[in-house]
Amino acid sequence: MFDRYRGRPDAVRALVQDDRVHRDLYLSEELFALEREQFFAATWNYLGHASQVPNAGDYLTQDIAGRPLVMVRQPDGGLKVLYNRCAHKGTQLVSDPCGNTGKFFRCPYHAWTYRLDGAPLALPLKAGYGGTQLRQCESGRGMVTLANVVVYRDFVFVRLSEAGPSFEDYFGDVLQAIDNLVDRSPEGRLVVAGGAMRNIIHCNWKMYLENINDTVHPMSTHESATQAANQLWAGHGPDDPKPMAMEQILPFGAGYDFFDRMGGRVLANGHSVLGVNFSIHSNYAQVPEYEAAMTAAHGVERAADILQRSPQNAVLFPSLAAKGSPQAIRVIRPLAADRTLVEAWAFRPAGAPDLLFERSLTYNRLVFSPMSIVAHDDVALFESMQQGLRADGNEWISLHRDHRAGEADTPVQTVNGTNEILMRNQFRAWAHFMTQGMEAVA
Amino acid sequence: MTDGLFTEDVLSRFVEDEAALLDDGRYDEWLDLFAADGHYWVPLLGARQADPHTHNSIAYEDRLLLQLRIERLKNPRAHSQHPPSQGQHVLQRPRVVSVDPEAGVAVLRTPFLYVEARGERELLLTGRYRHTLVREAGVLRLQQKRVDLLQPERPLPAIQLFI
Ligand code: FES
Ligand SMILES: [Fe+2]
Repeated sequence: MFDRYRGRPDAVRALVQDDRVHRDLYLSEELFALEREQFFAATWNYLGHASQVPNAGDYLTQDIAGRPLVMVRQPDGGLKVLYNRCAHKGTQLVSDPCGNTGKFFRCPYHAWTYRLDGAPLALPLKAGYGGTQLRQCESGRGMVTLANVVVYRDFVFVRLSEAGPSFEDYFGDVLQAIDNLVDRSPEGRLVVAGGAMRNIIHCNWKMYLENINDTVHPMSTHESATQAANQLWAGHGPDDPKPMAMEQILPFGAGYDFFDRMGGRVLANGHSVLGVNFSIHSNYAQVPEYEAAMTAAHGVERAADILQRSPQNAVLFPSLAAKGSPQAIRVIRPLAADRTLVEAWAFRPAGAPDLLFERSLTYNRLVFSPMSIVAHDDVALFESMQQGLRADGNEWISLHRDHRAGEADTPVQTVNGTNEILMRNQFRAWAHFMTQGMEAVA
Repeated sequence: MTDGLFTEDVLSRFVEDEAALLDDGRYDEWLDLFAADGHYWVPLLGARQADPHTHNSIAYEDRLLLQLRIERLKNPRAHSQHPPSQGQHVLQRPRVVSVDPEAGVAVLRTPFLYVEARGERELLLTGRYRHTLVREAGVLRLQQKRVDLLQPERPLPAIQLFI
């Protein structure tokens, strides 16, 4: 049953047409296996933030596309990413999500040890290995190190495959979304804080990612939450100071016209920015002491530019979605064709008042918590789609809205905010990275 | 001043009745149990969490937000409630951690199991409650209902009602 797509790049490409995609993209376990081998290996995926491992020996474990990895702070201050696997028999060298391993890794099983860069250090009964092939074997070389790791302003990305685009070529201008996040700190530094909201959603990861670019759903999907909020806030004037939760929830009810005018931009390789003109985050109350600190740090013009930019979402395809304000990121971790882990993290911008951190925490709690007030309806509908697509009757998913023939020839373009080109752009990149390393079977 | 509110029986009955209101979906009456400045809190670190401000929480809600949640649940366009979720609490007998009838404050600790079912899925959560009850205008009110889950940081599916 598993060879409809393996070794058949044309069959994979045929799933992504100019203005629609095939349901197998969301349903096929074979495609999911190929995604792990090809797609996630060739693209740059977010692993974690350098502030999570401040001191030598600090580590953070993370599974990326089925590879158990450990990021570890080196004695010289650098970062390395290693496979969390003993070179002897494969035991996990560390089993906590994060911690400090001291000056070296020590395997709990037979006590082989490794330097923090993964190089072999010592093993018991050394004499027993004299005259054997251990040194020439993979097992004698220590922990496997990832060659392609880039730390961009403390955001750590990895590419698992040896071959593939360079970090700069892959992300290009969408890195400005990270710049905007970091530049919101008057000291130019963020610290991950407050823990992660971890959600298991029974849908395909691409469905979740598409929704991050979908501006037509909030009106209908989030009606229950926004109607309840409006009802509770009725009687207040538009300029009455709102409790933070109201300030963050009420704008979800903005109309189609608002979302259309906010504008979107697609970039090469599946990346996008939604809300290039304004967004539901644009009108949070101003904080004079913070603005003064930003002006002192960056100058009047630059500070204004940084603060005015509040996109709804920037997607660093395929694993990261960022909000500059309220300083939140979502990390998308596919677990199976129909199961996705989404983590939401908050930041403390160094040198900024606590209020900004509070905004970040509150937003994540209201919108990305397993007990969210806003996301229950999203999640229920993703799971409904995942079910519905199994049904026969129509094998295609429509992405026709605002499609223009030949649009794919312009990799970077700015469009209206309700344009489904942001999703079409993701699927074109998906087809490209799925098939570029795929050997065709004759 | 002993007005009979702070006996072990009355205090534990409060906790049991509180859970029953949730299981019966009588959310407006449930909300009335909260003091004016009352909070419902599910810390992200469970029992290890010191406060709701330096670390995030799965939920940290005042009366306004609780009411928002309740009004949303009543809205026919709450898509995630078609079909509706059902909750069932199973409590161990509450233990009085501390009681100060003079100040009008009591704290109780109650291990629980909570099952939330919707359609074909059932979600089991467990942990312990910490109810802080205060005397307000001659009756007991919830100043805080703290829900310390076992493993709250693990990936969780949607929890739609109140734990
Ligand atoms: S498996 Fe690690 S030392 Fe044997
Ligand atoms: Fe949504």
